Amino acid sequence: MEILSILIPVSLLLGGVGLLAFIWAMKTKQFDDPSGDANRILMKDWDDKPKQ
Amino acid sequence: MSVVEYGQGGGMAACPACVVVPLAQQQAQVAARGRLMLSLPSAHCAACISPVEAALAAVPGVDSSRVNLTMKRVSVDAVAGVTAEALVAVLAGVGFEAHELDAGLLSATETDRQGRELLMRLGVAFFSMMNVMLLSVAVWSGAEGATRDMFHWISAMIAVPTVIFCGQPFFRSAWAGVRVGRLGMDFPISLALVLASSISLFETIKSGHHAYFDAAVMLCFFLLLGRYLDHRTRAVARSAAEELAALEVPRACVLVDGAEVVRVISEVAVGDLVRVRPGGRMPVDGVVEVGASEVDRSLLTGESLPVFMGEGMVVAAGEVNLTGPLVLRVTAAGRDSSLHRMADLVAVAESAKTKYTTLAERAARFYSPLVHILSFSAFGYWMWATGGDLRFAINISAAVLIITCPCALGLAVPAVVTAASGKLFRKGLLLKHGTALERLAQVDTVVFDKTGTLTMGAPEVADLAAHPVWALEVAAGLALGSAHPLAQALAAAARAEGVVPAEVSDLREVPGYGVEGVWRGEVVRLGRADWCGAQALAVTATYLSAGGETQAFAFADRLRPGAEAAIAQFKAQGMRIKLISGDVPGAVGALAARLGIADWVAGALPAEKVALVRGMTAEGRRVLMVGDGLNDTAALAAAHVSISPATALDAARTASDIVLLGQDMAPIGDATRIARQATRRMLENFGISAAYNVIAVPLALMGAATPLAAALAMSLSSITVSLNAMRLK
Repeated sequence: MEILSILIPVSLLLGGVGLLAFIWAMKTKQFDDPSGDANRILMKDWDDKPKQ
Repeated sequence: MSVVEYGQGGGMAACPACVVVPLAQQQAQVAARGRLMLSLPSAHCAACISPVEAALAAVPGVDSSRVNLTMKRVSVDAVAGVTAEALVAVLAGVGFEAHELDAGLLSATETDRQGRELLMRLGVAFFSMMNVMLLSVAVWSGAEGATRDMFHWISAMIAVPTVIFCGQPFFRSAWAGVRVGRLGMDFPISLALVLASSISLFETIKSGHHAYFDAAVMLCFFLLLGRYLDHRTRAVARSAAEELAALEVPRACVLVDGAEVVRVISEVAVGDLVRVRPGGRMPVDGVVEVGASEVDRSLLTGESLPVFMGEGMVVAAGEVNLTGPLVLRVTAAGRDSSLHRMADLVAVAESAKTKYTTLAERAARFYSPLVHILSFSAFGYWMWATGGDLRFAINISAAVLIITCPCALGLAVPAVVTAASGKLFRKGLLLKHGTALERLAQVDTVVFDKTGTLTMGAPEVADLAAHPVWALEVAAGLALGSAHPLAQALAAAARAEGVVPAEVSDLREVPGYGVEGVWRGEVVRLGRADWCGAQALAVTATYLSAGGETQAFAFADRLRPGAEAAIAQFKAQGMRIKLISGDVPGAVGALAARLGIADWVAGALPAEKVALVRGMTAEGRRVLMVGDGLNDTAALAAAHVSISPATALDAARTASDIVLLGQDMAPIGDATRIARQATRRMLENFGISAAYNVIAVPLALMGAATPLAAALAMSLSSITVSLNAMRLK
């Protein structure tokens, strides 16, 4: 059972990383144009001016 | 009405920084970066992004452009010299309809912030839900003693802060409800969250068997999801409504010491001189000082016949100048103009509109007391049955609250509305009100306006074949010399028929009257009846005087594409259709016959339109009003639900519940079908939620509901209602 004392913090840490990634994505406005991003991936031309 | 008329005259070169921006700071920012916003209503896929961005990138001075497909907008960073008009023309060249947007009005920051806040809470709730759920698996599989306590403690450390952080929207709204003495759906939700968390914490401290941390966090997550969907639907509608308001960039061309200065409407004062070019919309109320012209009042009164306008005559804001340039002495501008006074009338009509109770509100009104009664009676019963075991009784009542708490109910309506409004938006219909969908489903009568709604407001020659060839040739030759819409329609029709325009020399446009020229040594005229010495017809017409006689060319409005299809669909659905117009009987009757509408009224004043709509409502009918003009606005507000095209006046769009974004009218016939289906889905979802409760609540009342049962009931019901909502076709 001692393994739990390692596993639980590790799993929480990994989950926390996911949460932080989500918060970062939201703060950098990556959810502003979901349907546009979904369609842009299908375009053949090179996007040389991606949104900053 | 063509879209070009927005924004006061075609060639006016105003930089985007001149556009009204309420905050000076913001204005400076806009000017420095030179950002232009254009609306792109027809963009819908990847194939639309590349040509738009490529076409804009090719324009000299454009630094970058970015299409936002979700908002159907494109933002362009360009040097100051690039105008929105030029970009609109470029996009029209590659086949995209675009409109200039007022960047200042598009500051949707407040809703943006709210949406982001909700999304943040949703993300945190999701993280906690997943972790607490995993930790609970150990407890469900039968962990005992110290192990169970440890898992409970870790769950508590995650769940309690989560509930405190993520539950805030519910707590706030519940508190607001309690203060005004009203128990909405948020009160039982908040109660369940608080009770579940505190009883679980208490059980954990006492190293008890059951803790509901997973249920509390899951409840939080699913309800936030419903809340977020709801918010997003409304935010999209609101930003699109803002976008429509931003379409009309109000500017006026003011004469200062003989020089033209472009100013925003709010800076135009009474007594100023304003020049209005042909094709431009009157920005202010005023008296004509210099010039003669004809004006199109169709948006204000519904009459399709242009009216002569000479010196000393009064024009109202919103009318369109057709032929000659006019200089107006301003009598009222901005908020005081007749356009705005009419808009105020609409606001009054809207507030008088009876408040519609939504399905969700009706469900909550029935459901909310039931939840409390069940929970408290369970508490009372178990207090009595166990001889005062407070801990056990509170446990049971918390379980009842959690299980009855309408996880699915909170999702049922938002999921359906999101699916339906997304579907309608793709068809080109924008729902401005959350309840519009439900109201649209109840409609049994459709009332149409004529000019600008069923017709495009663009004339076409009705009786070209009835005229001798020589008359057509002369008329075509004269029509080439005029920018008047009737003349242009005539020239285009003649060209399409293969008529060779006659050689007419000394062409001269007489603003307000027509064109005249010399043909075979004789003065010929094309224009108003009295000017050409002809007898005026009852319908819109232009007159030719040549060869010693006069000819009348009658015009009919061009039908809006899809109007016939929409009417056919309404008829197939068994709706009663009525046409109410402010135009003359001849024009209305002809259109009604063409569309097969038996029931029509002509020459209706705005007040009569409202009275007709009210009368039908009093008969118990649910009226859908489709209109675009200022004369329709009060009727739009009075109807059960209303639709207006995007080209309608601001006031009409404000008054209507649904806006038709494209030109094609066919989607509105389909919209009622989608609305009915959506309402049916909502009812089904309520049924599903109720069915889960019928199974789970007796278990909870008997004290047999374990945290596992609660978690199962909650997630299963939420998933089934979401799937059901997505079945919408």
